[in-house]
Amino acid sequence: MLEAHSISKSFGSFKALQEVSLMVPKQSVFGLLGPNGAGKTTLIRIINQITMPDSGHVLLDGEPLRPDHIRYIGYLPEERGLYKTMKVGEQVIYLAQLKGLSKSDAKAQLKYWFDRLDIGHWWDKKVQELSKGMAQKIQFVVTVLHRPKLLIFDEPFSGFDPINAQLIREEILNLRDQGATVIFSTHRMESVEEMCDHIALMNKSKKILDGNLMDIKRAYQSNVFRVGIKSADKAGTWKILEEQFGATPVVFKSIHEEVQCKLQLPDGHGPNDLFAQLSKFGEISHFVQEVPTANDIFIQSIHQNEAIL
Amino acid sequence: MNHLGLILVREYLNKVRNKSFIIMTFMSPLLMVGVIGLVTYLSNLNNDNERHIKVLDQSGYFGHLFEDQDQITFELLDTIDLEQAKAITESAQDYGLLFIPKVKNIADLSRAIYFYSEDSPSIVVMTQIERIVQQQANTLALNQAGIDAQAIGDLYFDVRPQLETFKGQETSKLGSGLKLIFGGAAGYLLFMFIIIYGNMIMRSVIEEKTSRIIEVIISSVRPIELLLGKIFGTTLAGITQFAVWVILVGVLGTVMSQVLGVEMQTGSQVAMEQGAALAQTNDLPAQILMEIFQLPMTNLVVMFFLFFIGGYLLYASLYAAIGAAVDSETDTQQFMIPIIMPLIIAVYVGVFTVIEDPHGTVSQVFSFIPLTSPVVMLMRIPFGVPLWEQIVSVVLLFTTFIGTVWFAAKIYRVGILMYGKKPSYKELLKWLKY
Repeated sequence: MLEAHSISKSFGSFKALQEVSLMVPKQSVFGLLGPNGAGKTTLIRIINQITMPDSGHVLLDGEPLRPDHIRYIGYLPEERGLYKTMKVGEQVIYLAQLKGLSKSDAKAQLKYWFDRLDIGHWWDKKVQELSKGMAQKIQFVVTVLHRPKLLIFDEPFSGFDPINAQLIREEILNLRDQGATVIFSTHRMESVEEMCDHIALMNKSKKILDGNLMDIKRAYQSNVFRVGIKSADKAGTWKILEEQFGATPVVFKSIHEEVQCKLQLPDGHGPNDLFAQLSKFGEISHFVQEVPTANDIFIQSIHQNEAIL
Repeated sequence: MNHLGLILVREYLNKVRNKSFIIMTFMSPLLMVGVIGLVTYLSNLNNDNERHIKVLDQSGYFGHLFEDQDQITFELLDTIDLEQAKAITESAQDYGLLFIPKVKNIADLSRAIYFYSEDSPSIVVMTQIERIVQQQANTLALNQAGIDAQAIGDLYFDVRPQLETFKGQETSKLGSGLKLIFGGAAGYLLFMFIIIYGNMIMRSVIEEKTSRIIEVIISSVRPIELLLGKIFGTTLAGITQFAVWVILVGVLGTVMSQVLGVEMQTGSQVAMEQGAALAQTNDLPAQILMEIFQLPMTNLVVMFFLFFIGGYLLYASLYAAIGAAVDSETDTQQFMIPIIMPLIIAVYVGVFTVIEDPHGTVSQVFSFIPLTSPVVMLMRIPFGVPLWEQIVSVVLLFTTFIGTVWFAAKIYRVGILMYGKKPSYKELLKWLKY
């Protein structure tokens, strides 16, 4: 759907992006992750043709970006707002017209979304009369009104209250199911991790990792298990576990009285072997493989990345 | 993609529907006409009171010359002594007492005449009295010296050179005055228009930045489209406002002068009297009309529009660039100076230099520099400027306009996405390379 090939961009002597390449598959939810200042927003602005790259190029459906491609893109910037003194309906229609929709088309779409989000009575209100949460809903409608093929959200949930965030999350997934491709950019990885199929990690103007989220997690899985065992002789069990498996203590929430530890799966054994061995000490109440979060992977890969440098 | 039209319409409607804009549009002429009306009314009120002046003429030469006028009445006192006359005048609460003593020699009169009054007398009254006495005293003095005053009056020379250009076009000092008025009005109009609506454009750019909508817009349209849409939309709103002002001032002015009587025209009557003196003819309106027809009208109108549009757009794009560079109106100060300075210089050059020497070096140079040329050239054109000079100036102006729009669009493109810090000139230059 969207391909970026070795994009570089500098502002004066500051390098915002260095040789960044991306592949965003069709109808996926793509997470562009990284700390503040990694270059995510610059990359997104380049995709939106707000700024031009110094080198590299972007392909949308295999074609180099053209000015009229903007109508296929819906963009919710991090710095967002609306004309305060303009009426809601008028404003949304105006913004949709700028995206290339006809007036009647925009009106029909707006009716659909207003009904869907149950905000039809806001039509004639001025934006300055709305609360922040209400304005954010309008902002979302503005982003999706022209039925874009590619949706780009920069820090989508910052400032959304949990109820609106959930609502928007569902709407986004719904749009994905209808065929849209979604790009999320955020530094709060936990907020979008559950929605993403693919991710790219950026740090200090470079991409350091990308691919299918599950593949990445698999690659980064460490065969560490969290285990809880209900044992009569806690001290004795703990000692054996420590000596035989190199267990380290860990605390997790549980309704049971148990020995809680983290174990490395011994080489050449499967989880079932481990389970069988452990069950000798008592009833196993907890047996979970530790799956790295995007955040873990991120921290780990940054360390690796910086170790190479 | 016809974004420009969409943006233009939105900007226009947004301005025109704005409450403070509407209030400004309708209140300004009301205020203006109201203030003028009030001042006129008040000065009429003041003029209405009649002034009685008692005259004690012991010399016997002057008494018969004091005739009652509109607001001054004279009363000759019989030959009583000065102290009595003073007492009578004071008790009658008259405006004052003019005392002309008996002198042997007319020459002694110059310092011997007294005017007694409650407070310092009005200059207008004193001037009239002085004129009457002086004239008579002059005549008397001449007669005493054995010279016929009448003969001198007949021999008095009145020099009025007839003005004509080499091409045989007759002009006059009245014509020069008219040219000044034409040029001055055009230049001043442009100056006002730039200041008022340039600021409006700047504020509207800043508004988009502070409301954070700019990035949404800019992901749909090119910055230059937004920039031009803003400038044209605001300009149309400005023209609308100006039109309403002209119409309202016209209507209200007429109504006001009807209500207050003809006094509203006092000012213009004075001007006309002066003009009449210059033109040495009583058929003044015809004279003025003739002079107007002699002005290079087509040239004037065409050039007025070209310079007005070019000059206004030039400054408007600079204003927009400033708006894009800053976060709030308070930060605009440091960037305003380079805009306001050339404007003020242009007006000063126009007012002082062009009047004195419309085709001198200074006027000529400033009518080529694009930032000052609209105002200065508009003031020069009524005096006749060679066509090539006008064309060069217009071409320079529009070339510069394209340059500034490019510059403004660059600043705009970078600036609208920059938040938080106030840029320096150095940083603005750096933005050009982004």
